[in-house]
Amino acid sequence: MSTAKQFISKDHLLAGKHPWNTERLWKFLIIIILCVVAFLMLVPFLWLISSSLKLEQRVFLFPPQWIPDPVRWMNYVDALTNKPFHLYLRNTLVIVILNEIAIIFSSSLCAYSIARIQFPGRDFLFSVVIAVMMVPYFVLMVPTFVMLSRIGWMNTYLPLTVPFFFGGGAFNIFLFRQFFRTIPNDLSDAARIDGCDEFGIYWRIMMPLAKPAIVAVGIFTFLNSWNDFIAPLLYINNPNMFTVALGLANFRGDPSSYIHWNLLMAASAAMTIPVVLIFFVGQRYFIQGVIMSGIKG
Amino acid sequence: MTIVRPKPLLHLTQSQKRILTGYLFFMPFILGVLIWDVLPSGTALWLTFHEWNLISPAKFIGFKNILNLFKDPLLIKSLKVTATYTLFSVPLQLVISLALAMLLNIKIKGLSIFRTIYYLPSIVPAVANALLWAWILNSEFGLLNVGFHAVGLPKIAWLQDPEWTLPALILMSLWGLGNSMIIFLAGLQGVPDVLYEAAMIDGAGRWAQLWNVTLPMLSPVIFFNLITGFINTFQSFTAGYLITQGGPQNATLFLALYQYRVGFQNLKMGYAAALAWVMALITLICTMALFRYFGSKVYYEDGG
Repeated sequence: MSTAKQFISKDHLLAGKHPWNTERLWKFLIIIILCVVAFLMLVPFLWLISSSLKLEQRVFLFPPQWIPDPVRWMNYVDALTNKPFHLYLRNTLVIVILNEIAIIFSSSLCAYSIARIQFPGRDFLFSVVIAVMMVPYFVLMVPTFVMLSRIGWMNTYLPLTVPFFFGGGAFNIFLFRQFFRTIPNDLSDAARIDGCDEFGIYWRIMMPLAKPAIVAVGIFTFLNSWNDFIAPLLYINNPNMFTVALGLANFRGDPSSYIHWNLLMAASAAMTIPVVLIFFVGQRYFIQGVIMSGIKG
Repeated sequence: MTIVRPKPLLHLTQSQKRILTGYLFFMPFILGVLIWDVLPSGTALWLTFHEWNLISPAKFIGFKNILNLFKDPLLIKSLKVTATYTLFSVPLQLVISLALAMLLNIKIKGLSIFRTIYYLPSIVPAVANALLWAWILNSEFGLLNVGFHAVGLPKIAWLQDPEWTLPALILMSLWGLGNSMIIFLAGLQGVPDVLYEAAMIDGAGRWAQLWNVTLPMLSPVIFFNLITGFINTFQSFTAGYLITQGGPQNATLFLALYQYRVGFQNLKMGYAAALAWVMALITLICTMALFRYFGSKVYYEDGG
C-alpha cells in the first residue's frame, strides 16, 4: 500500500527526490512544532508550581527565578490553613457524592428508556434532550435564583444538588443513550423472553455493561461539581458552607488589598491537583466520553 | 380443585406495560424540564415587568425595563465586548485546535503524551485558572511580560490598559482549546484512508486533499465544535468576574457579568431578567443563523 503511495505521490513525480526523505523532513518539522506548542501549553503549569513554592520576596524578582531558592513547602500549609480549607473540602465532597449518585442513576435510567424501550414519542423526547442541552445557563440564572430564594433555599446545598435528581443533566442522558445504543438488542430481547421486566434489564444487564459510560459520566460530574463556582457564588453566603472553589475565589479578597501571590498560587495548585489526578486515573474513559459526545453529536 | 387468582385491578397488555414503563423512567427528566426550565422562564417573564430588589415587595412597572434596554449605554458596551470576544476566541480556537489535531494525526509514538499535555489545561478549575492567569498577566512580574522581555518586546500593562485587557483574555481562552482538539483528532482518525488514496490517484496534492477530503468529512465535527464553542464562549463569566471585575473602564464587561452585576450587585432583578431575555434572544438567533448557514454545508456520510 505505502509503496504505491510513494510511487504516485506528487513529490516523487515532481521533485525527483526520493520521497522517503521528504516525508521524513515533514515529520521532523511537525514534531518540532508539536514540541513548541507543548512547551507553551505546559509553561503556565510550571509557572504555577514555581510561584507556589517561592518566598514572598522572591516572587517579585525580575527576571524571575524559575527554580525557587529556597523551596518553601510551607506555602501550601499556610495557604490552606489561612482559611478553613478542610471545611471547604468536606463541604465540596458532600456535594460531589450527592451529585454522583443523583446523576448516575437518574441520567442512566432516563437514557435507558429512550434508548431501549420502544414507546411512541421516544424520538421526540430525545430531541427535547438535545434542545435543553443548548439552553445557556445564564439565561435561567436570575429567574431560578429568584424562585429558589423565595422558597428559602438560600444558604443550603439544595440548589446545588436537587436539580440533578431530575434527569441528571441532558448531556449525561445523551452520553448514556449513545452508549446503550451500542449494546446488541439480542441481549435485552433474551432477557425479556425470560420474563425479566424493564427495570431488571436496566439494572442487571445494561448497567454492568455500561461501566465505561458510568466512569466517564462519573468523572465529568466530579469535575463539574468540584469546579462549579457560579452556583455556590449565588446561593452560599455563609462562610462555613463554602466550597473549595468559593473559598479559593474569596482567598483573593478585595482586589485592591495586598495579594500574597505565592500563597494564592499554592492554593490554586492545591485545588487543581485532585482534578489532574482523577484525570490521569480515568483518562481512557474520560477521553472516550468527550469523543462520544462530539462525534455522535 | 381450581386455583382462584385475584382479579388484577388494571388489565394491561405487555406492550401497554412497556410503554408505561418507558414514560415512567423518563419522567424525572420531564419533571426536571418543567421545574428547572419552563418554570424559571415563566418567572423571568413575570420578573421583566416588575422591579424587585429582593428585600421590598416587587413593584409592577410595565414595559419600563424593556424600554430601558434600548437606552442603556452599558448594555451596548457589554454587547460589543462579548461580541468581540466571541468573534475572536471561537474561530481562533477552532482553527488552532484543528491545526493541532491534524499535526497530531501523523503516526508518531508519543501521540498520547502530546494529547494529554494539550488537554490538561482545559480541565483546570475555572477559579484556579482565573487566578493563575491574573498572575501570568501581571504587568511587572507576570509570565507573559517575562516572555516578552526575553524576546526584546516591551512590557504591556495587560490588565490595566483597556486596549489590551480583552486580547489578554482571548489569549487565556486559547490555553483551554484541548477539549475541541481531541474531538477533532477523533474525527480525523475516522476519515477512511481510501479517500486519501483515491484523491492522490486523481492527482490531488496536500492542499487539495485537505480541502476536498478532510474538511468535508470533518464538517459534522467542525459544526458541533462551532455551536458548542459559541454557546459556551458567549456566556463567559468567571474570568471577567475574578480577574478584571469587568474593567478596566468596562473593557471586559461580558454580558453574563453585566447581568450578574445588575441583578446581584445593583439588586435590580427585574432589569436583570430583561437582560437574560436579551442573551437568550441573541443566542437563539445566532444559533439558528449558524444552523441555517453552515448546516447545509455539513456532509453526513449516511446522507442525513
